[in-house]
Amino acid sequence: MTSTEPHHATILEPLDVQRVREDFPALHQQVNGHPLVYLDNAATAQKPRAVLDALQHYYENDNANVHRGVHMLSQRATDAYEAAREAVRAFLNVESEKEIVFVRGATEGINLVAQSFGRAFLRAGDEIVISHMEHHSNIVPWQLLCEAIGAKLRVIPINDRGELVLDDFDALLNERTRFVSILHTSNALGTVNPVEDIVRRVRAHNPEIRVLIDGCQAVQHTSVDVRALDCDFFVFSGHKLFGPTGIGVLYGRRELLEAMPPYQGGGDMIDRVSFDGSTWADLPNKFEAGTPHIAGAIGLGAAIDYVRALGIERIEARERELLAHGTAALESIPGLRLIGTAAHKTGVLSFIVDGIHPHDIGTLLDMRGIAVRVGHHCAQPVMQHFGVPATVRASLAFTNTSEELDRLAEGIRKAISMFQ
Amino acid sequence: MTETIQQAQENIVAEFAEFTDWEDRYARIIALGKKHPGIAEEFQTETFRVKGCQSTVHLHPKFENGIVYYEAGSDAMIVQGLIALLLRVYSGRTPEEIIRTPPDFIHQLGLTENLTMGRQNGLRAMVEQIKLYAVAFHAMGQSNQTN
Repeated sequence: MTSTEPHHATILEPLDVQRVREDFPALHQQVNGHPLVYLDNAATAQKPRAVLDALQHYYENDNANVHRGVHMLSQRATDAYEAAREAVRAFLNVESEKEIVFVRGATEGINLVAQSFGRAFLRAGDEIVISHMEHHSNIVPWQLLCEAIGAKLRVIPINDRGELVLDDFDALLNERTRFVSILHTSNALGTVNPVEDIVRRVRAHNPEIRVLIDGCQAVQHTSVDVRALDCDFFVFSGHKLFGPTGIGVLYGRRELLEAMPPYQGGGDMIDRVSFDGSTWADLPNKFEAGTPHIAGAIGLGAAIDYVRALGIERIEARERELLAHGTAALESIPGLRLIGTAAHKTGVLSFIVDGIHPHDIGTLLDMRGIAVRVGHHCAQPVMQHFGVPATVRASLAFTNTSEELDRLAEGIRKAISMFQ
Repeated sequence: MTETIQQAQENIVAEFAEFTDWEDRYARIIALGKKHPGIAEEFQTETFRVKGCQSTVHLHPKFENGIVYYEAGSDAMIVQGLIALLLRVYSGRTPEEIIRTPPDFIHQLGLTENLTMGRQNGLRAMVEQIKLYAVAFHAMGQSNQTN
């Protein structure tokens, strides 16, 4: 890993965006006769050559099943798969690679915790706290659990800037609270939640309450130190971090993962199997039933190496500039209203335009080669809070340029003029 | 002016052929959407919602004297413009005419593939729903005859 540790001196130099963009083949194409402006990074990020090469290399050279082969290819595949786990461990700064479970994505990670931890350790009448800005993937798994065991879901409200109302959060915590599950950064609003403070408040109230942080929109934008954060569970999806789809990570505190029953049964997760009963493999294999997404994990490892080599601090600085530029460009458009104006925000520009449906804006932007997302962004409660059915969302990555954001603003102005 | 189902398609294609660039074509779609009366509020219910559209689309059929009349509307103007075109072709026709007419004209308007494939805007889902109602009315008509 040492070769990919960002060198301190390079952290201070700004990112050479034009050079970095060369690493992303998909960015260099024409859409509807215009150079692509990709502003749907919060949905999924484009992949650097290093990730594509890692996938190709694995399938061309090392493809074999992991963990049970005596032959060379199986050992190489296992080594590469476990090296990716180590890359994730170091990336999140957690103690042991046994605490890193590969899953399909953040959604599966949350479902795993809800079903395995929730069913084993939560009871009827217990309360689970989430927030009003959660993605559906951090709402529905808890609703399913509540229905199954008779637990109750409590929701932290948000204000009109799209920030959590933390005073109300304190009031929600009581002697029945057993679990808190909160997103780090909102996909629909861009709000960065004060997760360290949230964990501290929970610990101060009752150290037995378990905390899950959904880091899906965080790890690609800012450095996350899970040990310092002191949460019990942390999830993220590989494909939003420039890795392949279908691979994600669940971090769980070791003693909790040890105590939790398996989520799925199958190969690779057992110690012994007989018809009298079976015993489980050690962590993390207990939670990785069946052949895992080996190539995906290796691709994710490559993505992490890539991001760390660029330097997450440099990425963060770059995106701060882009967000400021984009915010100013959009705010200058008459009739445009930004949805999500938190003091602490990451690169999401969610907005509506008076009298024009977001779907129409999205369609007309696509005609100019500008890819944005239109809809409720899997966060319908957020839309309900702001009284809109949908928004247009431009979501940034460090590969974007200020010129692209100017093209976005220009595209919106032209779309508006077509409606006048 | 009463066009046949065939003439309606040909006329629409001819009207769009006059535009030289995409902005004019989309401006026309938007104008059609604005002019379109939409759908009565009583039909803007879950029963008549067309599933598979990212914007909200409602479609209501009426079968009178062997003719199907559709009412439809959307909250997105480009989608509503496409609805206006679809209804010009499909509304006020017999079930047989509706069933045997594919929406080929849509592909000849010079709109993008993205728009005409209809995954995003639900065009495909709308056409399917229009045809499903026609098939149902066709079956009803036949069973009435045999009774």
